Amino acid sequence: MHRRTLLALALFTGLTAPSMALAADDTIKIGLLATFEGPFTVLGEDGERGAMTAVAETNGTVAGKKIEIVKGSSDASPDSAVRAARKLVEQDGVKVLVGPLSGDEGLAVKDYAKTKPDVTFINGTSAAQDTTLRNPAENFFRFSTDGAQWMAGLGTYAFNDKGYKKVATVAEDYSFPYTQVFGFMAEFCKAGGHVPSKSWVPIGNKDFSSVIAAIPEDVDAIYVALGGADAVNFLTQYQQAGGSAPLIGGSITVDQTVLTSKGKLKDVLKGTPSAGPTADTNDAPAWKAFVDAYKKQPGAFPSPSLFAHGYYVNMKATLLALDQVGGDVSDGGKKLREALSKLSFDTPTGKVSLDKNRNAVADIFLTEVTEGSDGNLLNKLVKVVPQVNQTLGIPEDEFMKLGAVNRDNPSCP
Amino acid sequence: MSLTTVADGAVPQQNWLDKIGAGHVILAVALVLYPLVASDFFLTQIAGYSMIFGVLALSLMLLAGYGGMLSLAQITVAGIAAYAVAILGSNNSNVLGFGWPWWIVVPFAVAAAAVSSALIGWISVRTEGIYTLMITLAIATATFYFAQQNYAIFNGHSGYAGIHAPVFWGIDWRDPKPFYYLCLGLAALSYAAVLYGSRSTFGMTLQAIRDNPRRMRALGYHVTAHKVFAWFLAGILAGLAGVLLVWFNGRVSPGTIGVDVAIDILIIAVIGGLRHPIGPFVGAIVVILMQTFAIDIVGAERFNTLIGLVFLAIVFISPDGILGLWGRIKPHLAQGSLRAGP
Repeated sequence: MHRRTLLALALFTGLTAPSMALAADDTIKIGLLATFEGPFTVLGEDGERGAMTAVAETNGTVAGKKIEIVKGSSDASPDSAVRAARKLVEQDGVKVLVGPLSGDEGLAVKDYAKTKPDVTFINGTSAAQDTTLRNPAENFFRFSTDGAQWMAGLGTYAFNDKGYKKVATVAEDYSFPYTQVFGFMAEFCKAGGHVPSKSWVPIGNKDFSSVIAAIPEDVDAIYVALGGADAVNFLTQYQQAGGSAPLIGGSITVDQTVLTSKGKLKDVLKGTPSAGPTADTNDAPAWKAFVDAYKKQPGAFPSPSLFAHGYYVNMKATLLALDQVGGDVSDGGKKLREALSKLSFDTPTGKVSLDKNRNAVADIFLTEVTEGSDGNLLNKLVKVVPQVNQTLGIPEDEFMKLGAVNRDNPSCP
Repeated sequence: MSLTTVADGAVPQQNWLDKIGAGHVILAVALVLYPLVASDFFLTQIAGYSMIFGVLALSLMLLAGYGGMLSLAQITVAGIAAYAVAILGSNNSNVLGFGWPWWIVVPFAVAAAAVSSALIGWISVRTEGIYTLMITLAIATATFYFAQQNYAIFNGHSGYAGIHAPVFWGIDWRDPKPFYYLCLGLAALSYAAVLYGSRSTFGMTLQAIRDNPRRMRALGYHVTAHKVFAWFLAGILAGLAGVLLVWFNGRVSPGTIGVDVAIDILIIAVIGGLRHPIGPFVGAIVVILMQTFAIDIVGAERFNTLIGLVFLAIVFISPDGILGLWGRIKPHLAQGSLRAGP
């Protein structure tokens, strides 16, 4: 009996919430949500470097207040992202949250944002189309573009310049790769190309032999939209299986997170065309300054990945808007959100502004993988596609008729 | 909802305080009054969530502690209930969603979970020890991948979103306080049921089967039937927890029923201790607190290492979990008070 009494007391004291001290007036709390665990850990850590680069640019202060970054970790599953976001908002009391990283996480956090109208959510790098296109949340902003926008110019380039007529796709089975494949096929099919086979693999897949066996023999190239460890595993196994078809890369497939991986991937990846929000050999002074600033972060890659870039742009936008309102979010962030909607600024990759759904309109870079002078693989800039909007230049009503992206849409076998 | 009301009418002739124990009464009062001091976050994200996982681990404790059957499929059973709520009720994923009212959905979901649990039990009951673990792990993994790649029923990787807890009697049961009491009610009921069940004829028989199945068979007991029925009962608990879990998250996806979560349940049960039904709840509180706050202690890069080390330390110091730790300290405390006498 004595034992139980003590146990009960222990439980009670353990469960009593320590009343959290509210942020002092001279600091401002910003939540940073990224994948610090699971298959996208490397990506999440680089996202953090990007966000911290933006914070370092203002010496860790905004509008005279000290910035306090509170980190939350997810594992790329929507449940974990919402759980981490809830902790940041409801326990740590952040009024501004930057993140998440992955596509389905973005969709889930957008749904959560609707239940917290006083909190301002700014995307990390999640790039599913419907995070902002269909049924958006008033308080969710995306200054990084979506996965379909990232593909601007690639489909046409693959068909016209590379001469690929038939392409098979291999991509992960969730909303972001659907969006990427949609962006690629929208142009590629329109140009007259065919996609006879689409393979969808689960995140974290290890054995790709059945996928490789299912790729038709007569395709001109394989479009690969896999991220992190998945991309490395697929490419290694494809090479070992004697595959020789040229590749077309999704935005995160030939990103620095994959290009810096050790092994014999170099020969396979060289010459792979891709498109995305960044290009490593961009000559613009703004980009070079960003690369230098980024490299000061611990553990930085030779060149910032698109995750570092996306988190940088979104964090930068957050800080610019916070500066405009004098760091004041006491009105439930109303002024901040107004400032964010009107914000238009120059990023390392050109001008960014928002459309009516609070999704970015920005420049997209068509690239090709080459070996740099120091032996590192780099994305060489081929062409800049200026100011791509979310409907890829197609009138909105026409674009909406194409339907929501999923595994079967679009199709041109 | 509290334990007092459960036992109050049951034993009129005996002193009810002795019967249920002063510890239980204090615990019940503390838990009922907890919302007065706790923030909404601690109410749902910590306490509510711990109780849901506590009930899940309790279903494992029932199987492992009384039946000697270690299962990794408890989250799968809960997941079946959760998916059933999403499919039979309403969701906003534009897939299935029959829109049935909650009072039909919940019994269906729990029944589905209990029957699948019995099925899993029926498959695995002929194995013992590590083989039961392997076969349930295989079932959990297979279900996870099936849910991830099936679009007709499970809606693939994104699963179902927009699932709401019911609103009745003018109360939205997902609001922090009502939801906390809902979790508390389920946790208290499950705890009392398992405690009562363990002393019932069936509970005694099950424990006897755990200790010596051969002798029980020789005595004329149907060993398999008893074990499968234990799985059925554990399935009811896991199913109820699954319903609360889907109301809590508002969504269900393969990530909810992944192998890592299955292992979390096992860790909770082992950390807490398998000897008494309170163990899983203690374990759940420790694990949920660690998983929520470790990132604040050591930063984003190494917080999973810290969680692992703490669990390792607990199991290393006390193989019986936190309950076992308490069991060891208690004699020392008792002796201390003797020595302190005049």
